[in-house]
Amino acid sequence: MISETFAFGDSPIHRMDPRLRVAMAIFFSIVTAVSNRFPAVCLALFMACGLLGLARLPLRPVLNRLFLVNGLVFFIWLVMPWTYQGTPLFTLGPLVIAEEGVRLCALITIKSNAIILALIALTATMPVATLGHALHHLRVPGKLVHLLLMTYRYIFVIETEYQQLMRAARIRCFKPGTNLHTYKTFAYLVGMLFVRAAARGERVHQAMICRGFNGKFICLHDFSFRQTDRAWAAAMGIGLIGLGVLEWTPII
Amino acid sequence: MHISEGVLSAPVLAGGAAFAVAATAVGLKKLTSDRIPQAGVLSAAFFVASLVHVPIGPSSMHLILNGIVGLLLGWAAFPVIAVALVLQAVLFQFGGITSLGVNTLIMAAPAVLCYYLFTPFIRKGHATAMAGAFACGALAVLFSALIAAAALVFTGEAFMEVSMALVGAHVVVMIIEGIITMFCVAFLRKVDPSLLPGFIVRRRGKQAGHAGVNQK
Repeated sequence: MISETFAFGDSPIHRMDPRLRVAMAIFFSIVTAVSNRFPAVCLALFMACGLLGLARLPLRPVLNRLFLVNGLVFFIWLVMPWTYQGTPLFTLGPLVIAEEGVRLCALITIKSNAIILALIALTATMPVATLGHALHHLRVPGKLVHLLLMTYRYIFVIETEYQQLMRAARIRCFKPGTNLHTYKTFAYLVGMLFVRAAARGERVHQAMICRGFNGKFICLHDFSFRQTDRAWAAAMGIGLIGLGVLEWTPII
Repeated sequence: MHISEGVLSAPVLAGGAAFAVAATAVGLKKLTSDRIPQAGVLSAAFFVASLVHVPIGPSSMHLILNGIVGLLLGWAAFPVIAVALVLQAVLFQFGGITSLGVNTLIMAAPAVLCYYLFTPFIRKGHATAMAGAFACGALAVLFSALIAAAALVFTGEAFMEVSMALVGAHVVVMIIEGIITMFCVAFLRKVDPSLLPGFIVRRRGKQAGHAGVNQK
């Protein structure tokens, strides 16, 4: 169920300094998110596709991912065009499709997908453990990084526990349906997950104390910022300036 | 309930982020560092629980459970939910960096609110506790939907109908979350009440409320 589909690979992006990748993802997301003009967001989408190409990720899983995360965008397309009060583009029976509504939907779709693609190319291409260390180096509070790494460490364990409970239920002929019995079963199952997680958390904490844990998060991981990283940073900087120029100056 | 990247306007994103950072700082302050391993494992459990799909009719929905997160963690719900959202963004690209603040607020603010509203009910008699737990689960989802709707409307008037439809679409989710939260609290009251707020149970000589991160 949970897997890091894109985390491992050999590409210019995978070799890039993780701190740089995180910083690039943050700046790119912010600049794209505040853009509101078509030339700017189209360039953003183009840049994101370029990054994705550089990361050499398999196309099919990426498209699957895009389809899944566009839920809210589909929902907006479903409602916005015919509820927007604007100049009518065409009429569909009793519904009037407004031009501005369609434009806004298209803008949101391009923006959203540009950011998602960049996020896949830049942050999904590293294991979460590396992301945690990178965040630590980028001055995110130690406690928060520690919490992130502990959560990441145990999602796989708890997931196995969930599947075990689910298997036990299936062996007892549990068939999910729309009824109170199903909801009760899932509630007890989730409750059991919490009980086990709490007990496990206590044991983990005791084991950590035995090994001299004093509440401080120590990061031994060191990253190196190489010449190529400098070049990537410069290229990204130029790209972001380009986005800014397209958004805030009337060139196009 | 996530708001995707690229939908909200800059002021809404910035406001949400500022709010979420402040509340997460409060949550981290209340979460002493020797409780982080326990909070981490519980957070992993919430993460997995939110991937559980329950059927409704021909379709299915995934659990949200922010009501229970609030009851079990109190203010620590903010850092725990923020971390879960970061993981969802990195592993599945649900949500992202710029909407992280708003999405944390959408999920965690109702959790903390429900913690304060419903803790008094949970330790009462069976019927009261069950009614409280149902309301806790249902209202947490309602508040989340309302905050999400508010974020959309503050972005632009054009989102009025979209946000009303969003709240409407969550009515069924509210009821099912309420039912699941009710049974889950009933289960925890029987099996391990020390997890719930307001129950002081000594356990293996350790201080009361071993995993109730809200105790301190």
